[in-house]
Amino acid sequence: MKALQIIQSGYRCTIEEQDDPVIWFIQVLKTAEGEVDIVLRGNAVNYAVISQDASGLSFGTWTQTQPSKMDQDLQQAIDQGITVYAIAEDIAIRGIPESKLLTGIKQISRLEFANLFNNYDQVWTW
Amino acid sequence: MAKYFLIESRSPFDSPEVNNNYQLALDLANGGNQVTLFLVENGVFVARKTAQTESLDKLTNLTLLADDFSLRERGISTDEIKNNIKVVEISSVVEAMATGTKTMWL
Amino acid sequence: MSDTTLTFLIMDAPFEQARTTTAFRMMEAALEKGYNVNVFAYEGGVSLSFALQQPHANAVHGRTFEEEQHPLTREWIAALHKKAQEKGLVFDWVNCGLCVDERGVNEAIDGCRRGGPRDFLGWANQSNSLVIGTR
Repeated sequence: MKALQIIQSGYRCTIEEQDDPVIWFIQVLKTAEGEVDIVLRGNAVNYAVISQDASGLSFGTWTQTQPSKMDQDLQQAIDQGITVYAIAEDIAIRGIPESKLLTGIKQISRLEFANLFNNYDQVWTW
Repeated sequence: MAKYFLIESRSPFDSPEVNNNYQLALDLANGGNQVTLFLVENGVFVARKTAQTESLDKLTNLTLLADDFSLRERGISTDEIKNNIKVVEISSVVEAMATGTKTMWL
Repeated sequence: MSDTTLTFLIMDAPFEQARTTTAFRMMEAALEKGYNVNVFAYEGGVSLSFALQQPHANAVHGRTFEEEQHPLTREWIAALHKKAQEKGLVFDWVNCGLCVDERGVNEAIDGCRRGGPRDFLGWANQSNSLVIGTR
């Protein structure tokens, strides 16, 4: 069973969770031999931007020592063999420079996005 | 070609991303797929005949459904609803799932 | 025993989003149709089965504790368990264990168990599934 994973909600709880729990979940599925790929959509396309830095957060005496690193998590997913797509229009409308995107990301148009569904048994929208 | 049952619980009044969801539904239908768009929760705010819904109005080649409870909860009566939207029960979702339709909550 | 099983993943915590109610309406409809139901509760969804949820009176509504009959998701889950049992169907509820731990909601009602993403994958491999993400 091949399942396409659409992620659209970005930075919702990444500080508390130290990652995006959906990307974490998908990585676990991959280790369990799940056939999964990712499409980044909406604000989540920014996960593909390199050099993200969520460090330096502190509340009173508490300091976050292991902040989320979304670009590195995505790179890890790519290295696991997960194909990571991103909607080109959503990247463009946010003015994200091509030079700041992870090189392993595959950009697709909105129309190609719809056609992609035919390659999967289930489509999960997070 | 595949069957898709898409659930939309927001409206373009909530988020411009919903227009992209409508476009996705249209693209799937234009690709020869059988597409149903089920409006639920605040997604039904586009269902009134008098609502300004240019992006929804483009969806002429797919089936539009609206959840009866969500309409009733918001005081939207059946005679207020656009002619191309059919009022259905929530069981429509599970019936689609049971027949293997690719079901997505957008 | 039904031949049809549907699988849901639910992420929202109780008392936050309309999606929670809609998800429960789908589960009810599925059981009513005679389908088995699997539910994987992820992130905030693990609090839906928290056994220590308590109802309250509501002075603004002018209703006592008994009159208010405040909805509790743990009671919705218990009622769906009972309905499935009476109809000879499966209603299997798994809470993500790590999500339970980080929220300190270990006390789940009877019939709900701990698990992980692999449980959901196993179900999804066997049945049609719907992810109900949060926004």
